[in-house]
Amino acid sequence: MNVATSISVEQIRKEFPVLHQQVNGKPLIYFDNAATSQTPECVTNALVHYYQNDNANIHRGIHTLAERATTAFEDTRKAAQRFINAGEAEEIIFTKGTTEGINLVAQAYARKFLKAEDEIIISGMEHHSNIVPWQLVCEQTGALLKVVPVQPNGEILLEDFDQLLTDKTRLVSVVYISNSLGTVNPVAEIISRAHAAGAVAMVDGAQAAPHHQIDVQELDCDFLAFSGHKMYGPTGVGVLYGKRALLESMDPYQGGGEMIRDVSFEKTTYNDIPYKFEAGTPNIADVVAFKAAIEFIEGIGFEFLHQQEMALLQRGKERLYGIDGFRPIGTAANKTSVISFLIDGVHPFDLGMLLDARGIAVRTGHHCTQPLMDHFQIDGTVRASFAVYNTVEEIDTFAEALSEIVKKFRS
Amino acid sequence: MSIAEKEQEIVEEFSMLDGDMEMTINYIMELGEQLPDMPVDKKNDDHIVKGCQSKVWMAASANEAGQVIFQADSNTAVTKGLVSLLVRVLSKEAPEAILNTEITFPQQIGMNRFIGTQRSNGFGAMIKQMKLYALALSSKTQTDA
Repeated sequence: MNVATSISVEQIRKEFPVLHQQVNGKPLIYFDNAATSQTPECVTNALVHYYQNDNANIHRGIHTLAERATTAFEDTRKAAQRFINAGEAEEIIFTKGTTEGINLVAQAYARKFLKAEDEIIISGMEHHSNIVPWQLVCEQTGALLKVVPVQPNGEILLEDFDQLLTDKTRLVSVVYISNSLGTVNPVAEIISRAHAAGAVAMVDGAQAAPHHQIDVQELDCDFLAFSGHKMYGPTGVGVLYGKRALLESMDPYQGGGEMIRDVSFEKTTYNDIPYKFEAGTPNIADVVAFKAAIEFIEGIGFEFLHQQEMALLQRGKERLYGIDGFRPIGTAANKTSVISFLIDGVHPFDLGMLLDARGIAVRTGHHCTQPLMDHFQIDGTVRASFAVYNTVEEIDTFAEALSEIVKKFRS
Repeated sequence: MSIAEKEQEIVEEFSMLDGDMEMTINYIMELGEQLPDMPVDKKNDDHIVKGCQSKVWMAASANEAGQVIFQADSNTAVTKGLVSLLVRVLSKEAPEAILNTEITFPQQIGMNRFIGTQRSNGFGAMIKQMKLYALALSSKTQTDA
């Protein structure tokens, strides 16, 4: 790593007050970014600014504050459109997060259009959020769920996908980047093959949004869901992108305010997209602040993000893989800055607690991917996931701590 | 030694660790290592304590004096240490004494702070299970009588 790069990371770290604290008497090392990333001051400032200056309900008010709040809310929609290069801002629907986005598609699209014997394809490395919504739809419609198997290195093979893809396939929903393993899946190819078979393609982009430049027009995905809190933004806000024609063909997901045009006891007509899918007062403040997170990523640029994260991943592999009993779970050729692992003879929970005692935050457990853990015949892993503000020095400290902990277990 | 005295002993031991998280966790794991082995044939689903994040197995029997003898194990070292504390406090006690005891040492040593909310719930589940065993053994003793 060159000097200029380390200076930049140092500057980036200054924007995250949460990182500058002691946990259990040690400087915090935050390696749980795949669960939730930290928020820079520009995001928290935007949140505070909104509540202190512009707080009002959106879209219906005639007064100044309502106008300001509405503008700020819709500005985030435009920022999200730009972020994923969607064709139109109306194709951006605000949700609580990725989970709600997938459920929305499952209930408002799949439940309406799928029938008995139709097939849905997912991969074996999906988060529960991209499994259970489809299982519910299968129960409701009689459709069948097919699963692309995962290879020992944590990849899926396109030929396995092709085996499952038939003229009965109506929908394919795959994770872009696995939260448990870090595997980057060949989603563009999967989408193209799904379309060739006449199926609709959805992408779970929760882990991809903070790491990869996503261009929905280039990917040609029909739906994409992602979350604010995994990309330096607030919790409780996410985006569902959908192609206009598909969104227009769908029925509303929830009923209430905002999503209607006219309501009478005899007949209610629905609003246009995206409002048709945004019933009730949305999470205005977090949506407004989410724009600052998008601009934060754009300001750094994916080139630098990628370079920094790959440097962290590389250092992690160099320092960790040699530790006594270290067993990486997920060694795909194309993977993001996630190292999921086990140490022979030491339970992940024990490691997680001992690392926390040294101020190091990692995730332990099944990471909401129980079928994947069953596939590897393990209960869970320890997962260290890196963000742009992490440093190689933190990785070194982590490796030394882990090494010492393991030695203690062996003694 | 009464239950209260055993609890007091634990409180004193932990106070010597001065609230240091790593030392505390290491001490808990050391205590777990000293827990007598649980027979493998008892480490099955019938003896799993429900409500714990880690796997915890627990069995109980009565000795000739009618006291409850607990056996326990866990798949994680820290949890094994935690359950060993309960075995130490409640084993070799009369069922009635176990049923009438309110365990206070976890609060006194500030256990929530170092094991977190979810594990604290699991710890509560272990205590509940031990009381259920005590109740079962106490009714059995009464029936036998």
